[in-house]
Amino acid sequence: MAKITYIAADGGARTIDIADGVSLMEGAVQNGVPGIDGDCGGNCACATCHVHVDAAWLAAAGDKSEMEAAMLDFAEGVTADSRLACQIIASPATDGMVVRTPLSQH
Amino acid sequence: MATRAIDFETLRGEEPAYLTEARAKAYATPLDEYEVTEPALWQSDTHWPYFERLRDEDPVHYHANGRYGPYWSVTRYADIMAVDTNHGQFSSDAHLGGITAKDMDQDFILPMFIAMDPPKHDVQRKAVSGIVSPSNLINLEVLIRERAQKIFDELPVGETFDWVQRVSIELTTQMLATLFDFPWEDRRLLTYWSDMATADESVPGNPSKSERESIMLECLMYFTKLWNERVNAEPKGDLVSMLAHNPATRDMVPMEYLGNLILLIVGGNDTTRNSITGGLTFMMGNPAEWAKLKANPDLVESAVSEIIRYQTPLAHMRRTALTDVELNGKTIRKGDRVVMWYVSGNRDERAISEPNRFWIDRPRVRQHLSFGFGIHRCVGNRLAELQLKIVWQEILMRYPNGIEIMGAPGRVPSGFVKGYTSLPVRIPA
Repeated sequence: MAKITYIAADGGARTIDIADGVSLMEGAVQNGVPGIDGDCGGNCACATCHVHVDAAWLAAAGDKSEMEAAMLDFAEGVTADSRLACQIIASPATDGMVVRTPLSQH
Repeated sequence: MATRAIDFETLRGEEPAYLTEARAKAYATPLDEYEVTEPALWQSDTHWPYFERLRDEDPVHYHANGRYGPYWSVTRYADIMAVDTNHGQFSSDAHLGGITAKDMDQDFILPMFIAMDPPKHDVQRKAVSGIVSPSNLINLEVLIRERAQKIFDELPVGETFDWVQRVSIELTTQMLATLFDFPWEDRRLLTYWSDMATADESVPGNPSKSERESIMLECLMYFTKLWNERVNAEPKGDLVSMLAHNPATRDMVPMEYLGNLILLIVGGNDTTRNSITGGLTFMMGNPAEWAKLKANPDLVESAVSEIIRYQTPLAHMRRTALTDVELNGKTIRKGDRVVMWYVSGNRDERAISEPNRFWIDRPRVRQHLSFGFGIHRCVGNRLAELQLKIVWQEILMRYPNGIEIMGAPGRVPSGFVKGYTSLPVRIPA
């Protein structure tokens, strides 16, 4: 189980528990966290679960695959800390992680 | 034209007779005689049972005798996702045929970023994606709403008119003219070019190949004038200026300019137009869903996603295999045409619950295939959703008694653009 905090574009924060092995996109969608769409259902194919990972947690988020990098390439407002939440999996290593969601997602 | 509204209440729950007939025919026809790109199937809205059977019995099916040459039909949601996200093995390149079941004419190639592979695709797409980015749409929203309001203000009350002409075409054409900063009085040329670009010459009534090519060249000439005016002026926010000033696109050869124009015109026109028309028939044909939306207007965004799924305005996208690939037990050979039937995947009960039901607040309503997935996912999807949202907000505000559907819609004879030629409607007095 990992506690993940999502900070919305308006500053509002929500912390939820996500079971190990479940992605940060799936956890957010199941818990109705705003700012994460997940249109492709976790296939790394739509870039609608774009998040900015807090600097302290970037290493814990792991490496980007080629496909994730390709999809992020077309997202808006991408920065060095950008990731797709469907590609970050809850685990003891990500327990406590903080991510920010962009204005452009619902 | 009809003078009485269609009574959907008595029709509901019963499949229309033409679909029952089509199902009998589809299940009596051997699979190896299936030809689902046949324009008549789309004009008559009878393609549904063919895809239902393909999904169940042969979800990755080879058509040896396709109208446009042999091709694979991929009809299940998960298999479509697998092809769409594998751009390394499934190419979109125009020189291999491009992105529709019908090959792009190899003697009249229109290079456009949707029909390119990385890396060129990536830089050209990025040259235009800013104009339809969520942050730019915030600026466009007020303008779109004002224009939509004017269109609705001018609609007749108590008399039958064509919703396609008066609302769907007008709204999307105005939007496109705005994005291109296109001369306003000529804006219907955009509609015309859009329709001609995808018109199959083998369908009676459509222009011949050479006629279509000269129409496309007229489009190029018109836009070349705009390019020349703008290339030497200060860069502005319209699409022509963006293409003329961006390092990735400013040195395009004329056919590449034309190709990308056609892509933006078709992409920004046919698709949203047909979702506006389809959406009205779905909502008025499902009074319980309409009542739900009226009771809770916050459902509008969810309803828009459901409309886009249910319509699937582009029935398919095609790829060409770059290597031999295994897909759901079949071996696709290098060079084969692979058609991803979004219209079928969007009705696949393995991925979507009660897929044939129009259900405006269905769970995970955004998980439909209509925009495609992977690097070629529709660049204008947020603009499309915004336009539809505004349309439905205006309808909700103005027509609490709904809009009467006065007759069956006319449908486009195309297995690519899944759309409507006409829809007689009446606003109750």
